[in-house]
Amino acid sequence: MIKGMAQQLKWQLGTVVEIREETPTAKSLILDLLDWTTHVAGQHVDVRLTAEDGYQAQRSYSIASPPGDKNLMLTVERLDDGEVSPYLTDGLGVGDRIELRGPIGGYFVWDPRNPGTNGHPLFLAAGGSGIAPLMSMIRHRASTGNKVPTRLLYSSRSYEEVIYREELDRLSAHDPTLRVIHTLTRRRPPNWMGYGRRIDRAMLADTAWRPEEKPLAFTCGPTAFVETVATHLGESGYEPGRIKTERFGPTGG
Amino acid sequence: MQDNDLRLDGNAAGGLLNEIFRFEMTAAEATCGGCGTMRPIGELMLYQHGMGAILRCAECDTALMRITYIRGCYSLDLSGMTYLRITSETH
Repeated sequence: MIKGMAQQLKWQLGTVVEIREETPTAKSLILDLLDWTTHVAGQHVDVRLTAEDGYQAQRSYSIASPPGDKNLMLTVERLDDGEVSPYLTDGLGVGDRIELRGPIGGYFVWDPRNPGTNGHPLFLAAGGSGIAPLMSMIRHRASTGNKVPTRLLYSSRSYEEVIYREELDRLSAHDPTLRVIHTLTRRRPPNWMGYGRRIDRAMLADTAWRPEEKPLAFTCGPTAFVETVATHLGESGYEPGRIKTERFGPTGG
Repeated sequence: MQDNDLRLDGNAAGGLLNEIFRFEMTAAEATCGGCGTMRPIGELMLYQHGMGAILRCAECDTALMRITYIRGCYSLDLSGMTYLRITSETH
């Protein structure tokens, strides 16, 4: 943390060093940047594309990799009518470069060094690709050996669309202080034992920490999802300043 | 699709606000001139358009900041905001 210093973010080029197919519609881009100061879990970058005629389109993407990683991971969900995401998911190859600036954000961040953070149970609620900044927190927790009790409630349309599924299974299998609860809203495999509906008050009451446990909550996903989570947690007694929200709209772009 | 579906929040304005204020602005706190609610900018509602963005109060919909950027000029209408508190710490 740098105190008392204003700093203008500069656009820079990131080189794609790896592309991972996370689900049929989401890909992770692993980027190498020359000039990168480490980020804090929860932060994002702005990505800017420029067409040959000079037209520019810009979107924000959360950083999914943990602080301290050499490369940066962005996970992009392909939206058929999007302006930016189809290029990022289908138009890019290893060795290509994209323009970005960051890291950005000081509100939607989980930094154990901040007051009122470390030692407080974490409740994370993700809708679809809203998992990305929460995954940075989970990976940061794992890479630093932080054992703050953590629950992730993760809503996906189907089993195949659960981003980072195997990694989440692996992390939670080896760490009794991390619990991952899935809900599948559209299609479920046979014998599915988890939730099978959209997140609602009853599901949050079953899975979230009680307010007396002084938890810290982060929720990221489509606007309606985030507002459902924030409203119900607020009504259950969570303090407003301890529910951090990030909406990516319906499209993210 | 309804207008509300296009809504983002102030987190997504962090890059744009950094161009103008040079500080990390999503954690800066703003007081709404309409209803008096004080919130981090990250919790305001963001409406983006071709030439800029509008940040509105999540409680009463008052526009706290209207930002346009046209031909090298940033214009800010801050008439809906009574107070802005920026912490000079950046990660």
